[in-house]
Amino acid sequence: MSDTHTPNGHIVVRDAVIELGDKKDRFRAVDRISFDIKAGQFVCLLGPSGCGKSTLLGALAGHIPVTGGSLSLGGRAIEGPSSERGLVFQQHTLFPWKRVIDNVAFGLKMKGVAKAERQARALELLRLVGLAGFEHKYPIQLSGGMQQRVEIARVLINQPQVLLMDEPFAALDAQTRWVMQRLLLDVWAKIGTTVVFVTHDIDEALFLADRVLVMSQRPGRIREDIAIPAARPRGDAWVTSDDFIHLKRHCLELMRDEHRRNFAASLGNAGDFAGAFI
Amino acid sequence: MSAAQLTLDQAPLEGVADVPVGDVSSAGKRRTRWPLGRILVRGLSLIAFVAFWQVAAQYRLHLGIVTFQNVPAPSEVVPALWNLLQSPKVLDHVLNSLYRVFGGFLGATLAGTILGLWIGRSRWAADLFLPPLEVLRPIPGVAWIPLAILMFPSSEMSMIFITFMGALFPILLNTIHGVGGIDPRLVSTARSLGASRTRLYLEVILPGALPSLVTGLSIGMGTSWFCLVTAEMIAGQYGIGYYTWESYNLQRYADIVVGMLLIGVFGMGSSVLVRKLGDLLTPWYQLKGGRDHE
Ligand SMILES: Nc1ncnc2c1ncn2[C@@H]1O[C@H](COP(=O)(O)OP(=O)(O)O)[C@@H](O)[C@H]1O
Ligand SMILES: [Mg+2]
Repeated sequence: MSDTHTPNGHIVVRDAVIELGDKKDRFRAVDRISFDIKAGQFVCLLGPSGCGKSTLLGALAGHIPVTGGSLSLGGRAIEGPSSERGLVFQQHTLFPWKRVIDNVAFGLKMKGVAKAERQARALELLRLVGLAGFEHKYPIQLSGGMQQRVEIARVLINQPQVLLMDEPFAALDAQTRWVMQRLLLDVWAKIGTTVVFVTHDIDEALFLADRVLVMSQRPGRIREDIAIPAARPRGDAWVTSDDFIHLKRHCLELMRDEHRRNFAASLGNAGDFAGAFI
Repeated sequence: MSAAQLTLDQAPLEGVADVPVGDVSSAGKRRTRWPLGRILVRGLSLIAFVAFWQVAAQYRLHLGIVTFQNVPAPSEVVPALWNLLQSPKVLDHVLNSLYRVFGGFLGATLAGTILGLWIGRSRWAADLFLPPLEVLRPIPGVAWIPLAILMFPSSEMSMIFITFMGALFPILLNTIHGVGGIDPRLVSTARSLGASRTRLYLEVILPGALPSLVTGLSIGMGTSWFCLVTAEMIAGQYGIGYYTWESYNLQRYADIVVGMLLIGVFGMGSSVLVRKLGDLLTPWYQLKGGRDHE
């Protein structure tokens, strides 16, 4: 833990309802969800695809308004995007026309920080994510894993109070994903921001999180709130331990339940039948 | 490369470091190879063309629908070209044409880019500016010549205006198209990283539209020359188009071809210049394979 530890990253979600779609197609994507996340905690939102994880994260980012209930960060209501909440998606959103270093320094440039200073800070962050030496490349010259590292560095330069990550490693191959998960924990250990990490991968959630919030099928609710007590730093010992296997079996059962429930619901609705298997 | 080594060493954890995809920097510069055989065929084709021209002109060939009776032969054109290049007039003609082309072209670049960025981003601006522009768009630049002469007291201004009209629409439409193609996620990312509305234009909208804008500029440069030459034939004093037309009026037939050659050389030179500058401005786009240069 270092000086960049942010004490204001406390998230409070109270009875959040999010409805999507227009008029008659309107439906409830997130249904009266409540939870608290302590500052500095690493929380995974785990759930089947389509259950509203991205929607909830989008609301925390301030891109999607809630229909009911409230969201707050550090005691202040969330009302629109802000650089204190850094968002990382599955597909990178680096500016193709900017070199890696200028992509990372972008947030500081917008704050009016002088060029020399912001580039020095950007280099520091690139070193943190293991990309020193690549600062003058363009995003297209990097592999998918490297692009996500740049993305993380670019978000971190704003010293956000919370890092919101929406399946950031889902598009990477298994080995790269493995490397990136360890890298993320390593970075997080140094900066200590709150992290909300969306995934549908049980292993990923159990490896990364202090706490896993398992969501139910649409409309999304919190099905279970699981604490992961394993010590850090975590490594192969944790993912092969009995506790891990035990938790994994429990999560699998929860997820299977959700599928079964969805399947039963769709029997009455032939149109949605195929969707139940996805 | 040593850069890859560096990360491996400095990565905060050991393991499988992901490596960059291929060597993208060389992929953009893929060159067509020219074996000797193809060079030979192409050279012979050029020689055959000039030889046919020489023979047709020399023997005043009649080919039914086309006659070479008054066409100057290459053997007359080359000395005429040499003469012109040695006379002080040539600089006057060339500089006048360049001045008009670049005047109109730069004006069109400014207007087309600013309007295009604005129209591309704001529905309000599109509703405000597009209707009259849509009416004017199908009218070719050269169709403006008579009206332009009436509208501008100096014929110099009217010619610049015509080259402006020629370049405006390719630049404007390509800019609008480029803005439309920008990934909306980049815009919201810039916003959440703290970009204000004006910074957004400079940091995201303009660079995002730039590759398409550059295409518009190189098309616009071509149409500028096309419009200019026609305008000079009608309204000009000095200028390469004027020189060509004057040669016809004075029955200096070899000079007509000299004028045509100059138009070709400077027209192509300007387009190449625009494209090279465009490539310099869009290095990331070149890495991607870039636009195909015909
Ligand atoms: N803008 C939208 N309009 C209408 N429906 C949407 C929109 N975004 C997402 N959905 C639907 O809402 C549900 C939840 O989506 P999402 O939050 O993306 O799920 P997840 O991220 O858990 O896979 C899905 O059924 C999806 O099809
Ligand atoms: Mg999602």
